[in-house]
Amino acid sequence: GKALVVAEHTDGKLSSATLNAITAAKKFGDVTVLVAGNEKAKSAADAVSKISGVNKVVFAANDKYANGLAEHYAVLIKSLQEKNQYSHIVAGSTAFGKNILPRVGAKLDVQPISDVVSIKDEKTFIRPIYAGNALATLESADSVKLLTVRTTSFEKAAEGGSAAVENFQGPVDDKASIEFVGQEIIKNDRPDLTAASIVVSGGRALKSAENFKIIYDLADKLNAAVGASRAAVDAGYAPNDLQVGQTGKVVAPSLYIAAGISGAVQHVAGMKESKTIVAINKDPEAPIFQIADFGLVADLFKAVPEMTQKLSK
Amino acid sequence: MSRVLVGVKRVVDYAVKVRVKPDKTGVDLANVKMSMNPFCELAVEEAVKLREAGKIQEVVAVSIGPAPATETLRTALAMGADRGIHVQTNDDLQPLSVAKVFAALAKKEQPQLVILGKQAIDGDYNQTGQMLAGLLDWPQATCANKVEIEGDGAKVIREIDGGLDTVKLKFPAVVTADLRLNTPRFATLPNIMKAKKKKIDTVSPKDLGVDVTPRLKILSVEEPPSRKAGVKVADVDELIAKLKEKGAL
Repeated sequence: GKALVVAEHTDGKLSSATLNAITAAKKFGDVTVLVAGNEKAKSAADAVSKISGVNKVVFAANDKYANGLAEHYAVLIKSLQEKNQYSHIVAGSTAFGKNILPRVGAKLDVQPISDVVSIKDEKTFIRPIYAGNALATLESADSVKLLTVRTTSFEKAAEGGSAAVENFQGPVDDKASIEFVGQEIIKNDRPDLTAASIVVSGGRALKSAENFKIIYDLADKLNAAVGASRAAVDAGYAPNDLQVGQTGKVVAPSLYIAAGISGAVQHVAGMKESKTIVAINKDPEAPIFQIADFGLVADLFKAVPEMTQKLSK
Repeated sequence: MSRVLVGVKRVVDYAVKVRVKPDKTGVDLANVKMSMNPFCELAVEEAVKLREAGKIQEVVAVSIGPAPATETLRTALAMGADRGIHVQTNDDLQPLSVAKVFAALAKKEQPQLVILGKQAIDGDYNQTGQMLAGLLDWPQATCANKVEIEGDGAKVIREIDGGLDTVKLKFPAVVTADLRLNTPRFATLPNIMKAKKKKIDTVSPKDLGVDVTPRLKILSVEEPPSRKAGVKVADVDELIAKLKEKGAL
């Protein structure tokens, strides 16, 4: 088989989700990576050409591709598919990939498979349903398989390749009645939530946005990312992009510290693949203790600052 | 007349812990509480708000499924939708088929806007809105955080990884709702009573000319590997010591 990976990048910087998608795509055979964007995207195309296992890079330069609009990407990917007849088209299960691939599916009359966590063979895949409470094994009857893959389920492909970069004049959707206005990325100096090796998350028990400071302090001490439960986000204690859970981010760090999080199904679905889980909660019956490697029944307002302080020494 | 179509799916209530059937063919839906998919509630709320603000004139709720889907439609009508369409089928439609049903209805109803939830909490696909927009060649704004009507289109702020995108689209268009779009209202008793008088039309996918043959065959549905509870520690000192011992710190 041969697979096409749709690369994700920001201002020419390749997103790490693309490296996870490449690893998944390698299971199908030859790997071509599509990098689309304005001229700045050339550096992402060069970067991906050096990734081990990449056979070819297709660089489609056009300002219309610059902001990840699904309308333009869908016609571009459709034209590449008609030309090259890939067996699989793969993207990371990110906001970018999930926005684009289903639209491609509609154009090709294919039912895509989202959030793939395991590849059994070229047509059989495993994905979570019901907030991760069940795993479905699916067999696709479509001629080309469209997949978005969970980044936490596939290793990042390493450097060590030297693929040729081929320029491609792809089509855009001339009739598209959509215009990109702008992007606001919430800047912080902490590691990215989905890529961090340690995550410290807070729940509703924090009681206010101000109190979340103790979570940030511990995270800074550990060079960790900050996460939050949906309850904390809904209550306005933490911004939405920090939400860990089935409807938020799915993380799998080496250490996950859950403070004041009860362990609702929807939250657990987003963090249960973490290597080591710590739960700090004053309620000894909280369900989070059922999945925690280390549980501390304590008032988080005492335990979290104490941990920050003792780690300083 | 300017119109919004909203999709409402009947799913296992979000608070229910689902169980996999012993024969691994799916999850057990017998005697389980069913509710409107939470993301569909956000879609209904947004559509009703637009009508209340005078931006559109009619909200049409659509539900696809067996007979009890009309209960979910009644909930949407009680929240303020004007009428309902029940696409009756006992088949479990995959997102491509759902999108085709909505595309057929969109051709008939000529809405300015279709608002759907970003995903249903049973299949968790997050695809239908994007596929519908692709089938109709309409612009799409997924994971909407804010929708503002501007002339013959809308400015939509979208949730993306690590921040927000803003796009402007012209009608007709598809928008999918994310968590922070609004706070869905509860249906009040008087409105529940009023909703009983509102009209629900029933059609089948066949009436709409849609082939719903599934493309994905479900081979098995299984419990995920479970994690065992570990140990309780007495205090912060013991916690730090254990973490260091395990190499986690």
